[in-house]
Amino acid sequence: MKKLILPAVGLLLTFSVPFAHAVDRGELLANSCFSCHGYDGQVSDAKIPPLANYPASMIVSQMKAFRDGTRTATVMDRHAKGYTDEEIELMAQYIGKQGS
Amino acid sequence: MKNIIQSLSRRQLIQLAAAGIAAPTAGLALSGCSQNGRKGAGSVIVIGGGFGGSAAAKYLKRYNGDLNVTLIEPNTTYVTCPGSNWVIGGIAEMTQITHNYDAAKKNGINVIHEMVTSVDPEKQSVKLSSGKTLNYDKLVMSPGIDFKLDAHEGVDTDTENHLPHAYKAGDQTLLLRDQLRAMKDGGTFVMVAPPNPFRCPPGPYERAGMIAHYLKNNKPKSKILILDQKNAFSKQGLFQEGWRNNYGQMIEWVAMQDGGEVKGFDVANKTIDAGYGQVKGDVINYIPPQKAGKLAFSVGLTNESGFCPVNQQTFESTIHKNIHVIGDASIASPMPKSGHSATSQAKTTAANIVLELAGQEPISAKNVNTCYSLVTPDYAISVAAVYDFKDGKIAAVQGAGGVSPMGASPEFRKQEAEYTRGWYRSITNEVWG
Repeated sequence: MKKLILPAVGLLLTFSVPFAHAVDRGELLANSCFSCHGYDGQVSDAKIPPLANYPASMIVSQMKAFRDGTRTATVMDRHAKGYTDEEIELMAQYIGKQGS
Repeated sequence: MKNIIQSLSRRQLIQLAAAGIAAPTAGLALSGCSQNGRKGAGSVIVIGGGFGGSAAAKYLKRYNGDLNVTLIEPNTTYVTCPGSNWVIGGIAEMTQITHNYDAAKKNGINVIHEMVTSVDPEKQSVKLSSGKTLNYDKLVMSPGIDFKLDAHEGVDTDTENHLPHAYKAGDQTLLLRDQLRAMKDGGTFVMVAPPNPFRCPPGPYERAGMIAHYLKNNKPKSKILILDQKNAFSKQGLFQEGWRNNYGQMIEWVAMQDGGEVKGFDVANKTIDAGYGQVKGDVINYIPPQKAGKLAFSVGLTNESGFCPVNQQTFESTIHKNIHVIGDASIASPMPKSGHSATSQAKTTAANIVLELAGQEPISAKNVNTCYSLVTPDYAISVAAVYDFKDGKIAAVQGAGGVSPMGASPEFRKQEAEYTRGWYRSITNEVWG
């Protein structure tokens, strides 16, 4: 734990290699988005919006809007209806910008 | 500093952020893991470099970078079935649907281009064509499909060289495309569509549209006849609406019960013995009935259905412990056999393997499927579903999923056509990038 008080660069290097990768529900839920919205939410040239730079709060509000029919869609309404409020929040926390 | 951040994945950055915030209680945050803060290391072998296998290898490494992950695939490139209908219809090139394993190697996966000659489930070992034997803690098999050649008279292993199935992409795709290009204007293209269950349920019908697109522009007097070995098919209403709107009467579909049933073939004379009568085709696309890939049989992972029964939470075989079967070879109904399903199952399986090796409880993931089909280059339709694991089985979430609306505007269809290509770029980058 001593290494945590090292300057930022040291902290990044220390933790980028051996950090334990918990596989939690939020991550698994968010990983489902990647097949269309790009790995890690990053697409280069597609018409499909990348999610990497979306704030978590926007992902939550838009998923709920798709699900509840207040935002029209081609396919996202059909996907959004597959998730509960809790699941939407978990996936958004993982994929969206933290703290937004 | 900038370079370090750019080189880290988003996942790592999120974890670093979380670790920074949680620093005073870091010990607590890591309590779900083994004592040294790592998940146990282990060796996982993945057989098959298609959607399922390539995605499984990638996500195993993502979920636990300490794992020793080996991907065994005899070929150095992979041609996807998704997109292969576009090549047949002349709107895409093979290079656009061909992928390699360079990124897998960069992602820390040990890639071996050899054939697997045998698997020993007791000794947990895999034997390669070079004679080398590899041991595993966990094995993931994604062997795809094979064809039942005993279902129709007159069919043998040489039939595909004359009546291509083009249902494993590659040389077969080009053979069918070239036969179509050589066909005379006014000719008849006959497709024999397979019975359920089979890989990519909308695949044959997307193909019919792509062939019609080619014929309309190049040989407009020609016809497409589909002799189906079933009485209904995926997105049927949407396909038939799309065919009518874009190709008039060019495509004729005949259900099994209405004369579509095929008894056999005279391959040399390109004639089909069908309930319909003797049907002569200028080009015949025979897509045979299907079963799990060969290796699934030789390892003894199949049941009487010809596919592999699995625990639908973890995809571990119910026949052999520590072997997980994903993709088209597994029995994951109601999930369709698709590249998207296989990719989703790969993540679910990778997560559960990582958890099991770390001594943790399995997780019930939500699997997902999305299948887009082009009717024309600017007109597409889709089917989607989200799946729960409930009462020991995969079940579609009620009220979610379904198909594109009937009677939608040209703009809606065009948008889905753009998403079709976007989906292809994204998922192939996810799997092979």
